[in-house]
Amino acid sequence: MAMDCASCAETQEKLAKLHEIIETHKDVRGSLIPVLHEAQELYGYLPLEVQLEIANGLNIPLAEVYGVVSFYTRFSINPKGKYQVNVCLGTACYVKGAGKILDKFKEKLGLDVGECTEDRKFSLDACRCIGACGLAPVVTINEDVYGRLLPDQIDAIIDKYKEL
Amino acid sequence: MFKTIADMHAIREAKKADLMIRLDEKATPTAEGGRMHVLVCAGTGCTSSNSAKIIEHLNDMVHEKGLENEIKIIKTGCFGLCAEGPIMMIYPDHVMYTRVDIEDVDEIFKSHIVGGQVVTRLLAGTDEKHKAHNAMGSMEFFSKQHRIALRNCGAINPECIDEYIAKDGYLALEKALTEMTPAGVIDLVKASGIRGRGGAGFPTGLKWSFAAPQVADQKYVACNADEGDPGAFMDRSILEGDPHSIIEAMAIAGYAIGANQGYVYVRAEYPIAVQRLGLAIEQAKKYGLLGKNILGTGFDFDLEMRLGAGAFVCGEETALMTSVEGHRGEPRPRPPFPAVKGLFGKPTVLNNVETLANIPVIMLKGADWFNSMGTEKSKGTKVFAVGGKINNVGLVEIPMGTTLREIIYDIGGGIPGGKAFKAAQTGGPSGGCIPASHLDTPIDYDSLVAIGSMMGSGGLIVMDEDNCMVDIAKFFLEFTVDESCGKCPPCRIGTKRMLEMLEKICEGKAGPNAIEDLEDLAKAIQASSLCALGQTSPNPVLSTLRYFRDEYVAHVVEKRCPAGVCKNLLTFSILPEKCVGCSACSRKCPVNAISGELKKPFVIDPNKCIKCGVCMDTCKFDAIIKK
Repeated sequence: MAMDCASCAETQEKLAKLHEIIETHKDVRGSLIPVLHEAQELYGYLPLEVQLEIANGLNIPLAEVYGVVSFYTRFSINPKGKYQVNVCLGTACYVKGAGKILDKFKEKLGLDVGECTEDRKFSLDACRCIGACGLAPVVTINEDVYGRLLPDQIDAIIDKYKEL
Repeated sequence: MFKTIADMHAIREAKKADLMIRLDEKATPTAEGGRMHVLVCAGTGCTSSNSAKIIEHLNDMVHEKGLENEIKIIKTGCFGLCAEGPIMMIYPDHVMYTRVDIEDVDEIFKSHIVGGQVVTRLLAGTDEKHKAHNAMGSMEFFSKQHRIALRNCGAINPECIDEYIAKDGYLALEKALTEMTPAGVIDLVKASGIRGRGGAGFPTGLKWSFAAPQVADQKYVACNADEGDPGAFMDRSILEGDPHSIIEAMAIAGYAIGANQGYVYVRAEYPIAVQRLGLAIEQAKKYGLLGKNILGTGFDFDLEMRLGAGAFVCGEETALMTSVEGHRGEPRPRPPFPAVKGLFGKPTVLNNVETLANIPVIMLKGADWFNSMGTEKSKGTKVFAVGGKINNVGLVEIPMGTTLREIIYDIGGGIPGGKAFKAAQTGGPSGGCIPASHLDTPIDYDSLVAIGSMMGSGGLIVMDEDNCMVDIAKFFLEFTVDESCGKCPPCRIGTKRMLEMLEKICEGKAGPNAIEDLEDLAKAIQASSLCALGQTSPNPVLSTLRYFRDEYVAHVVEKRCPAGVCKNLLTFSILPEKCVGCSACSRKCPVNAISGELKKPFVIDPNKCIKCGVCMDTCKFDAIIKK
């Protein structure tokens, strides 16, 4: 785990930032979820070490932190890929064939939903409506939005990111 | 920076004059406002189709030519016509351009903005006749609507508080604080007849009147902006297009019930809404419209934003409050109701975004004006997010009592590809499917419940003959199973069992009693779940069973999927009379299930076929069928 490496300056820097986050929210009521949001922003995911740091910092049991992390789909205890593929499975996208789009991504990336490729380049997730229903079916890859997708456009899209 | 009432009036008058050219073609431009306003949608839909780059490019060109004082480029919230994005509207000419590409911007700039010549090719509408018509700004999509909650979406810059003030923003708050008692505010909201727009339709004034008499050291106003219903995006559009209206309404609610702290619970999946609401809160604080001694009246009210983290159940009021408190968003039994014991154990009023967006207008125009619209028990308007198999995907706001037919055919432009309408789904995972036989039902809270669906937050997904209703029911059950919080067994275990039954039906493995068993379990879950999520989770199944029972029977008894969706029940075959023997399909087939001689009809081996459908997509002669 990254945080075991005490000599690594980057790790130390992140840890200092995490303490800062905890410190600013500490005295606000209901601060756990805002802290988790910011911590995930910082680390990309919420490994056990980070959860433990937060539990100690906010003086609440680790079980409670883990309980909240595992409850909300936005919090992840697994690392995400460099390119996070998110297939919208909202109703508007679903009736316009989002299921087929997801199948195609699964097949092409060799991933199931929630998984990440070994080289950590791609991760695949399904989400519930990003609200761009006018463009259904929609897939987002990091900040890029691909709308009105057809299954045969997917090869080219994946290739584009492979080359990046 | 703190504004007095007189300051607010001065800002309003000055900015009103600047904005006049958006209302009246003959208005005299002001020095400050410029002679032309180019409004570009910067809502999520249009941002997804690159409107941010268009705005940037326009600004660059304006700077290059030194036209900053004449031409104002303004980013706005959603116009509602999301499928046609990015949208650009030019005033004072009232010209709307749709599907504007970054390459089109130079032409619009040279020909229209500088030269005054409309670019006909990019006008809204599909044919020339429509285009001429639409240039006048009277598209059917807009003319049948009545925009109250969406009044400022697409009309003002949501990041500019002065534009909101010019549209009589914060005037309702001023009126409440200076001319009305808290009880007077509640009476007015009660008299308007407005009901909660989040789904359940509880009368808003009544809710406020429960919290008002509670004696406590602290009360709260909370706003439910955790729009979890897939396919509904009106709350997001209001937050993105008119965030100040929510702040103003929450302050009014705070005054009415005696609360001085508010929370807005927003989905983290809506980054633009989060950013704009955050900015609006900051601006309101700077003007002294939030904080201590608002407008010098002695009333204090502060607002904090909390982000959701992707849990549908947090749209339920008690779960939302548990989540704001920093815990797993599990619902708790009621009573005590939140008006008595809500957030942090204190009396709390929780309202939905769209409900709140109506409040300032009701305050200014009066209860009689509001309740003159709508039906007997459902007053005012409702915003629907119309999506799925429909031409004009987008947001529409219509008076209660409008029929589904008017929404789908007149405003929505009908079903694409000449396909037949099959059903409209309202109310998301808690709602149901409305069949063609009910197209003429006037839509309001009660009529939708009577036909087995519900208003919900206003998602309206249109389905055509290619959608299998059993598959749709399964889709919603998958959603509920995922989103069940796990606290009560009927929902946690029951919905999972229902999903398994539906999976068996779709795979053709269901026994003869499958439909009855499914119905029994559905009714048990409805009766015994703790919160609305569980109680309403069987609705998609029950409503499809009510109107499309024959499709279930086809799956169970005949092992056939009439819409051709459920893979296991399909067989692909080649029509020999249409096949030209080109071998295109056999070369594409991933499992080599297709064989034949060139220039003679090919055949599919059903034992090898994995029903992926590639052959069907490949064939140019429509020779492959599935049934």
